[in-house]
Amino acid sequence: MDTINTDVAIVGAGGAGLRAAIAVAEADPSLSIALISKVYPMRSHTVAAEGGAAGVIKGNDSFDNHFHDTVAGGDWLCDQDAVDLFIHEAPRELTRIEHWGCPWSREPDGHVAVRPFGGMKVERTWYAADKTGFHLLHTLFQTSLKYSSIERFDEYYSTDLVVTDGRCHGVTAIEMRTGQVRFFRSKCVIIATGGAGRVFPFTTNGAIKTGDGMAMAYRAGVPLKDMEFVQYHPTGLPGTGILITEGSRGEGGILVNKDGYRYLQDYNLGPPDPWPRKKAMELGPRDRLSQAFWHEQKKGRTIATDYGDVVHLDLRHLGEAKINERLPMVRELSISYAGVDPVHDPIPVRPVVHYTMGGIDTDIDTATCVEGLYAAGECACVSINGANRLGSNSLTELLVFGARAGEGAARLALSGVAEVDQQQVLAAAGAAEDRVLQLFRKSDGAESVSGLRREMNDAMEAGAGIYRSADTLQACVDTLQQIRERYKDVLLADKSNVFNTDLVEALELGSMIDVAMAMAASALQRKESRGSHQRLDYTDRDDATYLKHSLAQYSAEDLPAIAYCDVRITRSQPAERVYGGAQE
Amino acid sequence: MSERLVELEIFRYDPEQDETPRFQTYKVPYQDDWVVLDAINYIKDELDRTLSYRWSCHMAVCGSCGMVVNGEPVLACHTFLRDYPGKIRVEPLHNFPVERDLVVAMDDFIDKLGTVKPYIVAKEERDVDDGEYLQTPAELARFKQYTACINCLLCYSACPQYALTDSFVGPAALALAHRYNLDTRDEGRSAREDVVASNEGIWGCSFVGACSEVCPKSVDPAAAIQQTKIASTGDYFMKFLMPWKRK
Repeated sequence: MDTINTDVAIVGAGGAGLRAAIAVAEADPSLSIALISKVYPMRSHTVAAEGGAAGVIKGNDSFDNHFHDTVAGGDWLCDQDAVDLFIHEAPRELTRIEHWGCPWSREPDGHVAVRPFGGMKVERTWYAADKTGFHLLHTLFQTSLKYSSIERFDEYYSTDLVVTDGRCHGVTAIEMRTGQVRFFRSKCVIIATGGAGRVFPFTTNGAIKTGDGMAMAYRAGVPLKDMEFVQYHPTGLPGTGILITEGSRGEGGILVNKDGYRYLQDYNLGPPDPWPRKKAMELGPRDRLSQAFWHEQKKGRTIATDYGDVVHLDLRHLGEAKINERLPMVRELSISYAGVDPVHDPIPVRPVVHYTMGGIDTDIDTATCVEGLYAAGECACVSINGANRLGSNSLTELLVFGARAGEGAARLALSGVAEVDQQQVLAAAGAAEDRVLQLFRKSDGAESVSGLRREMNDAMEAGAGIYRSADTLQACVDTLQQIRERYKDVLLADKSNVFNTDLVEALELGSMIDVAMAMAASALQRKESRGSHQRLDYTDRDDATYLKHSLAQYSAEDLPAIAYCDVRITRSQPAERVYGGAQE
Repeated sequence: MSERLVELEIFRYDPEQDETPRFQTYKVPYQDDWVVLDAINYIKDELDRTLSYRWSCHMAVCGSCGMVVNGEPVLACHTFLRDYPGKIRVEPLHNFPVERDLVVAMDDFIDKLGTVKPYIVAKEERDVDDGEYLQTPAELARFKQYTACINCLLCYSACPQYALTDSFVGPAALALAHRYNLDTRDEGRSAREDVVASNEGIWGCSFVGACSEVCPKSVDPAAAIQQTKIASTGDYFMKFLMPWKRK
């Protein structure tokens, strides 16, 4: 097996990975960086974020506002020291991206413009029309080309972290073009592989979002934190799950049921007027809006379609000019994929799996419990998102914590790393290679990757959706355990070394099964309702028992053991989340 | 919703097994609102696990699934089956080496992207504490269109000049250089000049305009190249008239 020596290995080249790479390069140009990704950087799913990135910049806003919106939005499960760090760094990072060329939308006088988002007291979302993630990703990718110390390994699928004695020595990855496994031996590794929405069948997430980095860290002994918290975005297109940005509602779009009634007023989010009112109605938080849909559906007030029930997102009153200026992609996507021009007709939408609040357990510096291993972005759980992420905090998060991961890794790499038993390290890397080769060479087995994947998807949707209960979650966990057993019997049809996507999808499925298990098992243990985790059998929030982060610890054979740790609360004691007119 | 059958002829090539490429035919039951990518995913999941291709977002923004469908370079996720009455022929993008099946090697494009310095070049780095640059909506509008490129490579597949000489920098990379040249925050035009205003750069373009026709994001690289030609010609004369005035 070829070994590639580098100071810092970064897995994932989306927003967080690119930002981390630039931070390492800027910290010290002598540090070598291997930026490893299973896709070319501009294919990373950061590209699909639409609405914007939150950061306090206008005179009518304050850090306190951003802090309280985030903490209340997260139903008090956020670590408040991390949130404080985040909100203070946010405008600096967004300004830095501006200096690097991000085409932010502007006010007439040339200043960066902001728009309101859900759960926000004051508008603070920087945006580049409705393609903010796309512009942010391309700006980062193009800027990264300035730095000669960043060496990219595009289309390398990372398989395992190489960890001995509680320290990370690098990562193994398959060069997809040749099928060869390489060992990236490094002083530290940053994981920036994004979320895992693909464990569910109906998601805004691209095909690549299979939780590989989460699963690698998990198998290496790092707990996955708060995995029961999965965000449903209230407005996805039926069938495809394509995201229709919250920015549509920020610009004034309304949600109506089959009777044309703005149903959110029935769920403690009203009154409907005056409109728009911040943190009310359509500008409520995502968890509440998706839950309201579920209740409307139970009441028979949604609209049936071939792809499941929907409600209507109505933008018509914004007019063609504003839609074209602020929401051009929403218009294009609706016309192409739903056959509806929002200038003339309302858009059919339904809740869709969007974001994993949970992830690799890190401290405020993005470090994990394995020395030399860092994680940032959606794959990580710092936690600033708590039980429900506030819209437009995630793009900012990957900048703030991507940079922080890069800086931390650079410091560690420069400080020198103690000698280790090289034989042991090479043996661990060799074992990782063997795992891939065994799967590749196996000549018997009855299970196909696509068949098993579908069963996993169905189990998650049936058991761990917007509302869960002990029954549904237990059934889900049981099914996942069987699927995990059957996974050992997967047989690859493709035996080529060259760009073997059957092999990569099989490994991705392995990651997804582990991540799904962590989600379902954590959800089963949390006997309360908080944020995006809603239990039909435990409908109240229970701070006495569960004002805690869950920590799922990997087990090769059994269910993960679930432990808990305290939430760091500095200046906001848990209170009731209040939206709509009641907040005044 | 009616369910019908569509026949897809797909380009297959595995360098480990095939001496030459071949086409393989698959029959796929499909629905009216399916795109070509949905049919290919159906093949992958239900009929043939050995087919290789790239895809991710399924919403025409990640740029992964560029392919040639019935002779036209398109995004497979943005091309509807219902628009094709008969058999559908799917090939990898033209003008690139094929790695396997529908996967092409894009190294050449990636290298070229770097040569045009697609980032803000500023004489002095602005401090974050000094806040954002001011840029009016009108100034943004001058280059906004050229920021929309998703690097899907359809324009390279369509470009007759790139087909002739792969030293041609090509539409997407030249459009991106133009995007930065037009940005009020940038001072890098002269630094890009060597690559952009060369025979392999804008002067290599014979202005057929195929790039702009196939662009799924209306970037119009042909216009970018023609505008750069005009600006570059101006520069050439200005160099003699006002040698101190170079951006």
